[in-house]
Amino acid sequence: MAEDMGDGFEGRGEGFIELDRVEKVFEVRKKTGFMKRERREVRAVDSLSFRVARGEMVGYIGPNGAGKSTTIKMLTGILAPSGGSLRVAGIDPSRERRRLAHRIGVVFGQRTTLWWDLPLIDSYKLMHRMYRIPDARYRENLDRLVELLDLADLLDVPVRQLSLGQRMRGDIAAALLHDPDVLYLDEPTIGLDVISKSRVREFLREVNAERGTTVLLTTHDLQDIEQLCSRVMVIDHGRLMYDGPLAGLHEAGESERTLVVDLERELPPIEVPEARVVKVEGPRQWLAFPAGTSAAPLVARIAAEYPLVDLSVREPDIEAVIAKMYAEKATA
Amino acid sequence: MIGSVGTSRVLDGVRTYRMISAMWIRSTMAYRASFVMTTLGNFTATAFDFVAILLMFSRVDALGGYALPEIAFLYGLSSVAFGLADLSLGSMERLGRRVRDGTLDTLLVRPAPVLAQMAADQFGLRRLGRVTQGTMVLVYALATVDIDWTPLKLLLMPVMILSGAGIFAAVFVAGAAFQFVAKDASEVQNAFTYGGTTLLQYPPTVFATELVRGVTFVLPLSFVNWLPATYVLGRPIPLGLPDWVAFLSPLVAVACCALAGLAWRAGLRSYRSTGS
Repeated sequence: MAEDMGDGFEGRGEGFIELDRVEKVFEVRKKTGFMKRERREVRAVDSLSFRVARGEMVGYIGPNGAGKSTTIKMLTGILAPSGGSLRVAGIDPSRERRRLAHRIGVVFGQRTTLWWDLPLIDSYKLMHRMYRIPDARYRENLDRLVELLDLADLLDVPVRQLSLGQRMRGDIAAALLHDPDVLYLDEPTIGLDVISKSRVREFLREVNAERGTTVLLTTHDLQDIEQLCSRVMVIDHGRLMYDGPLAGLHEAGESERTLVVDLERELPPIEVPEARVVKVEGPRQWLAFPAGTSAAPLVARIAAEYPLVDLSVREPDIEAVIAKMYAEKATA
Repeated sequence: MIGSVGTSRVLDGVRTYRMISAMWIRSTMAYRASFVMTTLGNFTATAFDFVAILLMFSRVDALGGYALPEIAFLYGLSSVAFGLADLSLGSMERLGRRVRDGTLDTLLVRPAPVLAQMAADQFGLRRLGRVTQGTMVLVYALATVDIDWTPLKLLLMPVMILSGAGIFAAVFVAGAAFQFVAKDASEVQNAFTYGGTTLLQYPPTVFATELVRGVTFVLPLSFVNWLPATYVLGRPIPLGLPDWVAFLSPLVAVACCALAGLAWRAGLRSYRSTGS
C-alpha cells in the first residue's frame, strides 16, 4: 500500500485523500433534430490535483455545475475518472468500490438513506449487518452517536415522522456507525433551521476532534465553512481556483469589511484615507475597508476626529467574494 | 471469477438481497390493510387474464387446436414461472428512475453488490398474488388435463417452472441493464416481461411461425413452457423441433442468466464512466 501512495504525487505532506491531475470528461449528446444528435465533450473536472491530510476538515465550494459533485462521486467510487490518479486511504475508489465503502461515510443532504416507513433504529440495524460491524463496536458507536446527536427519543419513531433536522441528524449517525475514516457531506445543513444547523455543526466539530475523522464538505451555506473548516477549496469549471485558509480567500477576492459607525448627530460623510463611505443613513455611516487590514487604526482615527457613539465591524459575505473572484478570473 | 471468489460473491448477493427484502417486507407490514388490498388487487388483476380465456371458451371448443385444460396448463406454467421472477426481481424495472433521480448513487456507496440491492429494492410481497393465481390455474389444469405421465415428465414439471423463472429473471436483469443506456426504457422492458408471459399463456399454434421462431432462437421465451409443455402434453413440438429440446430449458436458463449478468456489468460500467 505504501508504494501506491507515493507514485506521481507532489506537494505537501502525507495525503489521506490524494488527487493527481484527475479528469472527468462526459460526452453529452444533444438532440438537434428528429434523429440527429450532436456530440459534445464536457470536461466536468479538469486536471484537478489536491491532497487532504488525515483529520482535516475541508470545505469544498463552487457554483452549481462547477464539478463539485463529480469530484465527490469519483472520491466515493461511484464514477471512474477519465484520467489522472485518485487515492482515498490508499484505495483506488473506482477499482475497489466496496472495500472503500467500509472506510467512508457519505451523507447526501437531499437524499435520505434511512428507511422511510420503519423506526430509525431499524435503519441502523441494517447498517450493522450490511457493514458487518462487530457487535460491541456497533453498540458503543450507536450509544455515542445517540448521545451526541440527541437521538434517544427518536430511535423508535418511523423516519417519515421525523422533521428535516431530525432526519439529517439520523442520516449523519447512519453514515458514522461503521467508523469511517472519511466523511463526505453534501449540503448537510440544507433546509435546516438555525438551531438544527448549529447542532449539526457542533456535532461535526466534535466527531472531527474526537475520532480524527477527515471531513470533506460541500455546501452553499458559507457559515458552514466559516464555522467548521480551516481550509477551503474553491472549484469552478472543473479547476481548483483557490486552496487555502478562509482568511486568504478574502484577500484573493479583494474583499472588504464594513465598519458601521453611529455618530452623535447627522454629519457629512466621514473622510479618512483608509476607508470610503458607502452609505449614510442619518447619524449612521457605513465605511468599507480592505478585509486584510486591521480595523484598529481606522477606528482610532475616526474616534479622534468625529463624535463617535458606537461602532461595529461586519465581516464580508464570502458568497460575494467568490462571485467577485469568478468574475476576475473570467475577464483575466 | 469462477470458483471460490464467484461463490462468495453470489453468497454476498444473496445475503444482501435477504437483508434488504426483509426491510421492505417490514415496511409493507407497517400498512397491513394496504398490503392485503394490493395483494388481492394483484391476484384479481391477473385472474381477469384467465377469465378472458374462459370467456373465449364459452364460444369455442379449442384455441389453436388446444382444449381448455391444455391452455390452462400452459397458462399456469407461464404465470407461475413469471410470477416467481416478478416476485424476486420485478423491481429491477425501476432502475431507470433511480438513474434519473440520482438515488442509484446511494446504493453504490454501500459495501454490497448493486445488483442484489437493486433486485431487492421495493420488494413487494403483494406479487405473491400472481404466483397464487398461476398456481391455482395450474392445479386446475393438472386435475383436468389428460397427460400420459412418465417419470421423466414428472421430473420436467419442477425443472420447467424453475428454468422458466430463470429465463424471465434474465429478461428482468437484461432489461434493467438496458436502462443504464436508455433511461426511460422501462416500457420496453415491460413489453418483454409482461408481454412475454401473456404470449406464453396461449398455445404456439395460434401464432405465426416467424414469431415462434423469434421467441425460440432470439429471445428464448419458448423454453419457459412451450417446448417442454408440448412434450409433456404429447403434442407436436413447435417448429418441428426434436423431443429432446424439451429438456434444454435449464441450460437455456443458465445461459440467459449468464448473458444478463454480463449485460448488467457492462451497463453498470457504462453508468460509472458516464454518470447520469
